[in-house]
Amino acid sequence: MNSIWTIARKELSDSFRNRWLVAISLVFATLALGIAWFGAAASGQVGYGSTPATIASLASLGIFLIPLIALLLAYDAIVGEEEGGTLLLLMTYPLSKSQLLLGKFLGHGLTLALATLIGFGVAGIAIAVLVDGVAVGALAVAMGRFIGSTILLGWGFIALAYLVSVRVSEKPIAAGMALAIWFFFVLIFDLVLLGALVASEGKLNPELLPWLLMLNPTDIYRLLNIVAFGDSTQLSGVLSLGSDLPIGTGGLWLGLGLWCAIPLTGALLLFKNRKI
Amino acid sequence: MNCFQLENVSHRYDKTTVLRGIDLRLNPGEILGLFGHNGAGKTTSIKLILGLMKPSEGKVTVLGGEAGDPHVSQHIGYLPENVMFYPQLTGREILSHFARLKGAPLNQVPKLLEQVGLGDAMNARTKTYSKGMRQRLGLAQALLGKPRLLMLDEPTVGLDPVATADLYRLLRDLRDEGTGIVLCSHVLPGVEPYIDRAAILTGGSLKAAGDLPSLRRQANMPVTLTVKPAGNLLELEKVIDQAKQSTGLMMKNDHGTLQVDVRPSDKMALIETLIQSGEVADLGIHQPSLEDIYVHFIGSGGLAHRGGSQ
Repeated sequence: MNSIWTIARKELSDSFRNRWLVAISLVFATLALGIAWFGAAASGQVGYGSTPATIASLASLGIFLIPLIALLLAYDAIVGEEEGGTLLLLMTYPLSKSQLLLGKFLGHGLTLALATLIGFGVAGIAIAVLVDGVAVGALAVAMGRFIGSTILLGWGFIALAYLVSVRVSEKPIAAGMALAIWFFFVLIFDLVLLGALVASEGKLNPELLPWLLMLNPTDIYRLLNIVAFGDSTQLSGVLSLGSDLPIGTGGLWLGLGLWCAIPLTGALLLFKNRKI
Repeated sequence: MNCFQLENVSHRYDKTTVLRGIDLRLNPGEILGLFGHNGAGKTTSIKLILGLMKPSEGKVTVLGGEAGDPHVSQHIGYLPENVMFYPQLTGREILSHFARLKGAPLNQVPKLLEQVGLGDAMNARTKTYSKGMRQRLGLAQALLGKPRLLMLDEPTVGLDPVATADLYRLLRDLRDEGTGIVLCSHVLPGVEPYIDRAAILTGGSLKAAGDLPSLRRQANMPVTLTVKPAGNLLELEKVIDQAKQSTGLMMKNDHGTLQVDVRPSDKMALIETLIQSGEVADLGIHQPSLEDIYVHFIGSGGLAHRGGSQ
């Protein structure tokens, strides 16, 4: 446990040192406040709209940004150590491969969680203080759910980045594959799903279709932040399938949790079998 | 207790055999030189001892335990051949990080940095370090927690002659305190005075192991005498020629002196003959060096069979 924390602590202090933490927090806070005040500008008004609309916009933005940041943060976790020669050295220390990877996960996970908490937390507090007549209780719940799910989504993509990082032997390849993962889940998956739906002309089992959304953590994340308001009109595109999902919010949380646990377990197993 | 013991160890990568039936042992308080061409199996042997992988056959015991066991690794210091430390951290931060991982007391960190001559640079980021400074940092890292087994891969790369001498003095001190040390190097003349035993690997098998005198005996290589004539070179040649019937030696002309190769067993007899003849002004004796012995055991079959990856 001590060695896990030593590794985590280094990652965390690295992200303080290279200003990652500050930068991400600032980006999150700026975006959140911008969306809160100018999100409704398209409909001709400036100012805070409603909490559900703000959260929905934030979540839509979050699915682009969070995976990207998580992948960037974590893609060189192992392959970077290997290129510098420190992986070989670390493995001669009283430190197992699992401890190294879990330490990295803890460090990167805490970095992302802190940035999310600070960035969106500050924005939430600003909204609560500055906007007259906002229901603070409802806002706190929505923001809490948003921040929680954002952190889980980020952790999932950190774990996905590790899957790449423990397999490849060069940093540029890891970066390329991390981008491919982002492309697949954020841009391609929904398009393919939509295409498959249209092409199948309703021949696919309608019971099965909503479950396909569970195959993409970013879809679960969006559902979680929009469905929770009980307002399905916000659901567009393939997400409208989500209203047919027979699982409640708990199921969605579980799904997001599994998207952290399964890639992380996979990365641990792959790393164990990697030759040093 | 041995520092490490390899018993009939073989190792295969996929289908290539990189180590064959190695038996090798290191006692506490001993410096072992591990030599071999590229791809001879040095790195593989080191990795097996460090517990980075398991041998395909045979047994590896390290410090009385199993290689790779955390309780064992804690007492091993290792300096890899080429390590780039985290460039954005200072020397002190890096060493503290490794000290925490090894469970070594943190107050060792500044002391070790002083000891390897990085006292002034310990608060500078390592991206500003020269190759020699990185090597010293690597060495300080290897010395964390007072290891009982120290494995050094090309420790003198990038070090200036003074720093190299300091390093060897330090290694001697550690040896005298009971640390077992393995030195891998291609700079054979540099390490020759400091090693207690040498092990020569080639093509994955152990060609020879032992201290220098016993390696010389095994190799049975001629001793070279450099003889300067007192007067006439031809007279001197005659003396040697006469002795040749009994000892079977070779001679070469070289700048007015004679170089005579003689079997170790015949050496004293020839020297006595030479001195009694009164034709010798000066006499030099050159024992086969570690390098000569190495070349003898590796064979001089050119570079072709010495290729291969590490």
